[in-house]
Amino acid sequence: MTEQATGAHPQPRPRSGGQSAPEHVTGAQSLIRSLEEVGADTVFGIPGGTILPAYDPLMDSTKVRHVLVRHEQGAGHAATGYAQATGKVGVCMATSGPGATNLVTPIADANLDSVPLVAITGQVVSSAIGTDAFQEADIVGITMPITKHSFLVTKAEDIPRVIAQAFHIASTGRPGPVLVDIPKDILQKKTTFSWPPVMDLPGYRPVTKPHAKQIREAAKLISAAKRPVLYVGGGVLKAKATAELKVLAELTGAPVTTTLMALGAFPDSHPLHVGMPGMHGAVTAVTALQKADLIVALGARFDDRVTGKLDSFAPYAKIVHADIDPAEIGKNRAADVPIVGDAREVIADLVQAVQKEHDEGNKGDYTAWWKDLSRWRDTYPLGYDQPEDGSLSPQQVIERIGQLAPEGTIFAAGVGQHQMWAAHFVQYDKPATWLNSGGAGTMGYAVPAAMGAQAGRPDRTVWAIDGDGCFQMTNQELTTCALNNIPIKVAVINNGALGMVRQWQTLFYNQRYSNTVLHSGPDDVNPDARGTRVPDFVKLSEAMGCYAIRCEDPADLDKVIEEANSINDRPVVVDFIVHEDAMVWPMVAAGTSNDEIMAARDVRPDFGDNEDD
Amino acid sequence: MSKHTLSVLVENTPGVLARITALFSRRGFNIDSLAVGVTEHPDISRITIVVSVEDFPLEQVTKQLNKLVNVLKIVELEPTQAVQRELVLVKVRSDNETRSQIVEIVQLFRAKTVDVSPEAVTIEATGSGDKLSAMLRMLEPYGIKELVQSGTIAIGRGARSITDRSLRALDRSA
Repeated sequence: MTEQATGAHPQPRPRSGGQSAPEHVTGAQSLIRSLEEVGADTVFGIPGGTILPAYDPLMDSTKVRHVLVRHEQGAGHAATGYAQATGKVGVCMATSGPGATNLVTPIADANLDSVPLVAITGQVVSSAIGTDAFQEADIVGITMPITKHSFLVTKAEDIPRVIAQAFHIASTGRPGPVLVDIPKDILQKKTTFSWPPVMDLPGYRPVTKPHAKQIREAAKLISAAKRPVLYVGGGVLKAKATAELKVLAELTGAPVTTTLMALGAFPDSHPLHVGMPGMHGAVTAVTALQKADLIVALGARFDDRVTGKLDSFAPYAKIVHADIDPAEIGKNRAADVPIVGDAREVIADLVQAVQKEHDEGNKGDYTAWWKDLSRWRDTYPLGYDQPEDGSLSPQQVIERIGQLAPEGTIFAAGVGQHQMWAAHFVQYDKPATWLNSGGAGTMGYAVPAAMGAQAGRPDRTVWAIDGDGCFQMTNQELTTCALNNIPIKVAVINNGALGMVRQWQTLFYNQRYSNTVLHSGPDDVNPDARGTRVPDFVKLSEAMGCYAIRCEDPADLDKVIEEANSINDRPVVVDFIVHEDAMVWPMVAAGTSNDEIMAARDVRPDFGDNEDD
Repeated sequence: MSKHTLSVLVENTPGVLARITALFSRRGFNIDSLAVGVTEHPDISRITIVVSVEDFPLEQVTKQLNKLVNVLKIVELEPTQAVQRELVLVKVRSDNETRSQIVEIVQLFRAKTVDVSPEAVTIEATGSGDKLSAMLRMLEPYGIKELVQSGTIAIGRGARSITDRSLRALDRSA
């Protein structure tokens, strides 16, 4: 037990004074009591046949708030948004069969982004399992490859232990989704409840404390390097290590690049920050990794969207790779110094080790490196052109939303062009202010995730930056928001198209726009149909109880955003009709080397004298 | 490509075998053979998996296996440091003329005749994969009517036990 108690994340709330006296309850009551005891204050879900027993005691709980969503996918993403915004475990609940399978996408999403999530599903009665009973699905089997762990509860007395273990596994080590499947008869059975239960996880021992020798080795490499880069991933946010990271960066003076999952882990405004790496990364960040002689990867996993063509990624760099998951180290890129540990402990130890190197007179000199970095940063800043036809620029819309947002605003993005623009043109200076679907790339993530974030952080402003394609996948949760006093704000970046796919068609498929235009009729029949009114997002949003505005003229932009910011008693949706041909730059085409980065269309950066080093 | 024998100690819980085999197929590894059974501790099962992979992906699959919550320990058993055995039951066509020749082969391989009928003998043999295939080659000319073979099981040589520490972990949490 002692080994499991060393996790960096909060444990299931321990009670002082040992276990409580057993109370006689039903399995369902035991479940709700367990949720109360582990500190689950918000559950997103929809009742149905097999989970029904659990909803009865849930009605009486004063500690657990249940938010009745409109689709189970919304419950799953809301729980993810809640978890990412609060740092706590997100909880969603659904019935068996289709209710459970509707959770599959958000579970897969949480798995790829390492989000602590507990999904509780009803299951058909034990005696009917395996008989193709009504609303039966083998959800444990279906989700096995996309969960960190899963449980099928077979005895009512196991419920407290299973719930405690599920929350422990979800939140410790590398966080991830855990599924708890409970047959209806188990929920109805009489049992006893006492807390805390004794956990029984002999095979689960995440390593959090890094090896001192490896830390010293890493510090030596940092001091000896000429062109180091701190490559920071989502693990730093999950370990709540942002303060330690700032100290390390300022102590070493090395440039910092934060991945899509790590935006906000290091202030965008900090002079040591060189931007986001990867397929749509900043020229400076991508090039810094390509030219680096040392990459210090902290809670990052050398994802294909970051490395591009793997065998030409960072050809000159030695690799220090620190991660809590040993399976990530050396998976894609061999590590010269592997460090297994919690990012917070790793970075704190690195700070001491680097300081010791400095005290011994070994301080890295990165002056020449910063000359190159500054030149690239000045020559190839992130930017965009205004549309020539006077229509709204999507990048400007997103940039102004960011600039006019109140302090501490949380942004949630869908997936596509608007996601990349939201990554580029909103400035993230604080952790847990940027939520998105990075690994899975789940369209439709934004609205339910924003809902979950707002439910968990009612004190903050929450803006969903969504595309018109994404918005049509999950906007039903606006009804949930309107009815449950969850006043999120949604910016629909409406270009009438599946913009990112359309961008690839522009660049790689000779402008043949196969099935990426979202408007209602073919162009030659209805040449004026720009497609931005079917559906009419303003009317649709109003029908769901939201305040809705449309913005088409750049002159109205600030006024509309300020109006949206001023309304806090209900959800607000702004339909921004934007230019359809805007593209995301910079870009590394799929399957090519990061050396081939294009700063803009037909603009290949010139790295001049650095070419042959 | 080379063969590797992994001994995987797991909690004896439902679904654990499915998790392990699913992991192998998801990460693109073929299992040559697999054998599951109880150990001296009733709460621990031991799975012996033989895979043909390069060294590098083997490390990756071992790490991924280690992440499974029900997996207690993984040990790769080197062929020179371990005893490896398979069991084969084989039904060979025989008549009065060939029976004695077949029995001679059985004795040569220190196998056993476990059933005899006028048209066939059934042979039980244990040993390494090489020994068993050699025996089967010898038996083939007589006509193999039916063959069933177990997966490899293996145990390290010497006094050390791979279950000791895992058992302690289990006792502590109990």
